[in-house]
Amino acid sequence: MTVTTDDTLPATPRAVRDEMIAFGLMTALLLIVPLTGVYPFFVMQALCFALLACAFNLLIGYGGLLSFGHAMFLGTAGYVTAHALKVWGLTPELGILVGTAAAAGLGVVTGLIAIRRQGIYFAMITLALSQLLYFIYLQTPFTHGEDGIQGIPQGYLFGIFNLTNPTVLYYVILAGFLIGFLLIFRTINSPFGEVLKSIRENEQRAISLGYKTDHYKLLAFILSGTLAGFAGALKVFVAQNASLTDVHWSMSGEIVLMTLVGGLGTVFGPVVGAFVIIAMQQYLAGFGQWVTVIQGVIFVVCVLTFRRGVIGEIAHYFRRSL
Amino acid sequence: MQALYAQLLVGLINGSFYALLSLGLAVIFGMLNIINFAHGALYMMGAFCAYFLLNAANIGYWPALIIAPIAVGIFGMILERTMLQWLSGLDHLYGLLLTFGLALIIQGVFQNFFGSSGLPYSIPDELKGGMNLGFMYLPIYRGWVVVFSLVVCLLTWFLIERTRLGANLRAATENPTLVRAFGINVPRMITLTYGLGVGLAALAGVLSAPINQVRPLMGADLIIVVFAVVVIGGMGSIMGSIVTGFALGVIEGLTKYFYPEASNTVVFVLMVLVLLVKPSGLTGRAN
Repeated sequence: MTVTTDDTLPATPRAVRDEMIAFGLMTALLLIVPLTGVYPFFVMQALCFALLACAFNLLIGYGGLLSFGHAMFLGTAGYVTAHALKVWGLTPELGILVGTAAAAGLGVVTGLIAIRRQGIYFAMITLALSQLLYFIYLQTPFTHGEDGIQGIPQGYLFGIFNLTNPTVLYYVILAGFLIGFLLIFRTINSPFGEVLKSIRENEQRAISLGYKTDHYKLLAFILSGTLAGFAGALKVFVAQNASLTDVHWSMSGEIVLMTLVGGLGTVFGPVVGAFVIIAMQQYLAGFGQWVTVIQGVIFVVCVLTFRRGVIGEIAHYFRRSL
Repeated sequence: MQALYAQLLVGLINGSFYALLSLGLAVIFGMLNIINFAHGALYMMGAFCAYFLLNAANIGYWPALIIAPIAVGIFGMILERTMLQWLSGLDHLYGLLLTFGLALIIQGVFQNFFGSSGLPYSIPDELKGGMNLGFMYLPIYRGWVVVFSLVVCLLTWFLIERTRLGANLRAATENPTLVRAFGINVPRMITLTYGLGVGLAALAGVLSAPINQVRPLMGADLIIVVFAVVVIGGMGSIMGSIVTGFALGVIEGLTKYFYPEASNTVVFVLMVLVLLVKPSGLTGRAN
């Protein structure tokens, strides 16, 4: 049933040089943000979602696995980090570590279940698993149900960096984003990433070549979940709360939307997509439910006419890989 | 004991909705290779359609039971003609993404106009009241929903498994090109199939309107449970979808009685167990 061809998900040969230039450009732009007077909270939020979308893209863009439940990693890491900081009084670095580890553990468990089916079933299973988790978090006391965990102390990272200072926090979040992004970049360009792509293109053939595809898919799922959790742990310091919205299916949908808008299977697409969607939500916040409608319209338009996404279209036009 | 029977009945009713919805999903998936994420939104539209008919045109429950599925079915066929058909050669995932977008649009529009609270829809006079069965009190409307859904499910099964039309449909599912070569208009059949699946969802919506109130998001959470039902049952067999739907409703009802805390997670937990034991689903063929 693999009808995935280079028309649906881009599979052009990679030119690492172009990507390095683009990476340098992106980093430079992000580094000067605090000097430009752009509202840093917005950029920090977008960076967290960008990392989240990149992690999601690792699965769909390179492994061909559509997870419709990635919000569960975001939410789980968020809750655990928030709890660790507020109730256990851990330092920020330990809080992030605990939260990310929780997401990794969740990735192992859910991955073992979800990879038992392919394609469309995989999407439905991940969605159902995240809904299961949503109900669990709704009922367990430590998440404080509808209220969520609020007023989380930011503290000092490594005992030196004062995270209550917006500029310091911005660079910490940026550093976290860049670490995650480079890790994904490295993964994509590694032999592991190549095998993953071969599974996306033709799983049967990969199996016949002797690859244990289930192991690769599981590892990709865990890695993706862990990085999504890392994004969730970072987001706690920006939003200073952890709530049920982060575990809800609509959040999973937004992650998919960001990646789709930016370009499935492109390195920088999810970053662009995250900024576009977060900006849209920011500016259209006054329109209430119409934001949902607009998101739906973007989904429909993207799928019908714009399947490569912003970065995918640019890369296709210049015949480059980005 | 009374409470147990009451929960069993609630379970059977939810089971009827699961069965009607997963049946529609299975039929659509068979022909279009698309998982219809908009199914919950179309279910909601069925309920709203009944509500509009009553409040705007004073058309009651019984005509609505026929008009709403047809109206929403036509709406679905328009969606299929204008959008879904263009995805036929692409990866399945795009169908899921497109219909997810459609669900967001439909639900968002209804939320804008009707908020998130429920609108009342009263039970038709003929089905009001209840009867005492000796061991429990049975509200007539609830009994009606279960029986009527079961009949509709069985009719659909008969249509697909036992009639000439159904045979063509199953053949087109297996090999559309060959069936076209026999002079059967497969694209039209695909459109009608989508209309049928959507109509079943709308019918479930009308049936649920007097029980669950009419809300824009009434289908949003339901569809995720139905996805789990589909994963458990597998989409390989029509009868499988019906049986799994009812069975899971009953299990959910029993959970509500014995361990209420787990009632909204039990279907998902069962899905995990089934995946661990028999990944292809209870009635599914190994891939």
